Amino acid sequence: MVQTFDPKSDYKVVGTRPIRHDGLDKVTGRAIYGGDVKLPGLIWAEVLRSPHAHARIKSIDTSEAEKAPGVFAVATNADFPEPRSGEIDTGEDVVNFERDTKNILAKDKVLYKGHAVAAVAAIDRNTALEATKLIKVEYEPLPPVRNVDEAMADNATILLEDLVGDHLGEDVPHTNIARQFRHEFGDLDRGFAEADLVIEKTFTLQMVHQGYIEPHNATAIWDESGHVTAWSSTQGMFAVRDQTAGMLRIPESQVTVHPVEIGGGFGGKTKVYLAPVAAILSKKSNGRPVKMIMDRNAVFEASGPAPGGKIIVKMGVTNDGKITACASDLMYEAGAFPGSAVGAGAICIYGCYNIPNSRIDGFDIVVNKPKSAAYRAPGSPQAAFAIEQVVDEICDQKGWDKIQFRLDNASQEGTRRGDGVMFGKIGLIETLEATRDSDHWKSPLEPSTNGKLRGRGIASGYWMNGGNKSTVDLMLQDDGTVVMNEGSADIGGTRASIAMQAAEVLGLPAEDVHPFIPSTDSIGFTATTGGSRTTYATGYAAWEAANKLIAEMSNRAAVLWGIDASGVEFDAGKFSSSADPELSISFKDLAARIGDTGGPLSSTASVNLAAAGAGYAVNICDLEIDPETGKTDVIRYTAVQDVGKAVHPSYVEGQIQGGAAQGLGWALNEEYFISDDGSMANHTFLDYRMPTSLDLPMIECILVEVANPLHPFGVRGVGEVPLAPPLPAAANAVKDAIGKRMLDLPIKPGRILEALAE
Amino acid sequence: MDLPERVHVRTTINGQAQEFLVPPYMSLLDTIREIAGLTGTKEGCLDGNCGACTVDIDGRIVDSCLVLGAEVDGQSITTVEGLATKDGLHPLQQAFLEEAALQCGICTPGFLVASKGLLDNEPNPTEGRIRHWLAGNLCRCTGYDKIVRAVQKVAASS
Ligand code: FES
Ligand code: FES
Repeated sequence: MVQTFDPKSDYKVVGTRPIRHDGLDKVTGRAIYGGDVKLPGLIWAEVLRSPHAHARIKSIDTSEAEKAPGVFAVATNADFPEPRSGEIDTGEDVVNFERDTKNILAKDKVLYKGHAVAAVAAIDRNTALEATKLIKVEYEPLPPVRNVDEAMADNATILLEDLVGDHLGEDVPHTNIARQFRHEFGDLDRGFAEADLVIEKTFTLQMVHQGYIEPHNATAIWDESGHVTAWSSTQGMFAVRDQTAGMLRIPESQVTVHPVEIGGGFGGKTKVYLAPVAAILSKKSNGRPVKMIMDRNAVFEASGPAPGGKIIVKMGVTNDGKITACASDLMYEAGAFPGSAVGAGAICIYGCYNIPNSRIDGFDIVVNKPKSAAYRAPGSPQAAFAIEQVVDEICDQKGWDKIQFRLDNASQEGTRRGDGVMFGKIGLIETLEATRDSDHWKSPLEPSTNGKLRGRGIASGYWMNGGNKSTVDLMLQDDGTVVMNEGSADIGGTRASIAMQAAEVLGLPAEDVHPFIPSTDSIGFTATTGGSRTTYATGYAAWEAANKLIAEMSNRAAVLWGIDASGVEFDAGKFSSSADPELSISFKDLAARIGDTGGPLSSTASVNLAAAGAGYAVNICDLEIDPETGKTDVIRYTAVQDVGKAVHPSYVEGQIQGGAAQGLGWALNEEYFISDDGSMANHTFLDYRMPTSLDLPMIECILVEVANPLHPFGVRGVGEVPLAPPLPAAANAVKDAIGKRMLDLPIKPGRILEALAE
Repeated sequence: MDLPERVHVRTTINGQAQEFLVPPYMSLLDTIREIAGLTGTKEGCLDGNCGACTVDIDGRIVDSCLVLGAEVDGQSITTVEGLATKDGLHPLQQAFLEEAALQCGICTPGFLVASKGLLDNEPNPTEGRIRHWLAGNLCRCTGYDKIVRAVQKVAASS
């Protein structure tokens, strides 16, 4: 049964802005990230990658590389044990080890430029890199499939000969469409017949990268006893453990993963690319530790970007401003193997609207590009880009107020989502109202004085947020502080946000709870940091463990006073007897007496939360466009979001600001520019241009707090929904500025100049 | 295997005189990280486009991945590890903590060294000047808002 709460809104620790516990190490350069791991006898490995987007591998000859001075070992896909076939539930994720091993070291075919073919371990990084050039690979190049249209064409080149597509429940061989699914409710034909205005638009999108600044890395030892020890930059150390064990076909208990600091992930560091390869090379090098760092080109070409593709949205409305029907087709690029975020995109596309008659068709399509991975609210920004522009177009054509239209059709508790799930308590209406009441919305856009074209756009976005499994252990120290072990990778302040929730219960300042993330052997299972789950679910576990610790301490106070534990109360950092006001002891003083009341105290709590509280965001974007160059500058930006309860408001704002920056990059600049031969032409930070400090204004944040009844403090996940509204907010602002609707991403200067010239 | 040729380098890192033998192809970034053992300076791209590897060479802000270790003979280098003194953190480090100017923290060493380079020469930069100066340092987590504010805070208190 799901427990519900009626959270209060005033707290002593939750909602304050203490300095994060891991901050000092990170501003002094002391923090150990994956690339900083040093071990006795360490050697390095580098990877040989495919020059072709699509080719059959006819032969691989590694003999010269193996003989090269300084080389310890060479690995290819042949070094993996026969993989278990089919979809396997690791408890963390449903994975397909056969495809995953082929993705991290190609077998038979290379499916994208940069696809790993072989890896070499050598005495140092340069020697390893030079030795990769001695490997001879014979390829038979095949035509590349570069986008969803090419993939779905009648005579399309087939990427995966053994793929049997699931098309609305039917098995279909010889296809690049791995899956087509449908969500349908009401009577679509009747809904469109009732409409006074029907708008249909087709949008195209390109792959984009999460752009974390730290490249993927891993260091691994596979020792003589058969045990693998690994260090890797990851959002989930248990995922690295389970996927490494799965690919190497050894028990999970034979793999230990040590957490290291992670230099950004945004969903992209949920996949495992290097640790199993490093382990194989270690075994072949007599158990030497092997370290691997992807170079930036490989991060772009061979990790997991977000899908591009094509989206068609058709919406009908009545003259009094009610949506009657909506039909959508989402065609997402999975990359070289099935499994794009189209399922989540389909869940999200109608998240902001109450639509009586609806259909969603999702298509998961393989193309000759890297296998896509999660990127912040995976699938939702693409869907928002499409539907929010259709809504904007309807409001433009009808002359309707864009916030009022959204309010009149807003999802609320009890509304059915596009896939059929009913919403619980959500804060979309409150978020829209806060946007309407914001200084930004109330201040009209000043006309430009420099000949540039100005526009304002607004858009909303939805993400369902995640729950899942988390563990927290607390250990009481004699000095009255508490050590907290937890299993969640800390990408951006979650040690603090979790410790603060424990501190709130314990009546301690945040600084007196000391958070640590130990290895996979030293903490209970905790799912990957993803789905905006960590502050919510691991925080929930911290709340529960802290309550248990207080209960244990109450027992000890009872021992001390010779009374029954039921007569001990805890409030504001003090234990006291409900019967005798003379009997009272502070948390600190009781901690000092724990030894003589029965020995050291610790508590543990594990949760598996099925549900989370959904997140909503609304953004306002003001921009100006230089009609000479087509360059767009964002001049004011406000992000409004229902955060449930902001545990550490500074880091909540940080999530929102970072999401806005990524979204504006995606909207205006970023794309995988694919050449005719199927390769990515812009695989450096110079050419894949992410926003710099010069490209952005300050990002104003308005935190709306509609408490989530599923969490003791009302917390909702905050990290992902910020990326959904910026794409359409910017696109709608461009429409406002130049009078043309931009249906293709990114909205780069060249496209703007073309639109202006029309 | 034959040992590759090495270059003899004398330099000062964070005020300490140091002497190394470095392979001629080795970047200053790798020299600092792998030979001097200072891993606070980070690798993000190795092609001069992210700024994670930013260090100060004789008062100039440089991407250390674009300089060879062999080139810094006779020069003086400051890395993130050289910002704090025995009296405590540099005001920028303190401001980054207080203003929550880091999330994952991988870009932070580069931003701190670059920001110090700005404030050492221009104690009162405008927001635009700060944004221009820091444009060679990528941060993918923060959207730069809190980084710029942290630098402004130190500028205002100087
Ligand atoms: S590592 Fe030097 S600029 Fe990116
Ligand atoms: S804090 Fe993560 S890249 Fe800047």
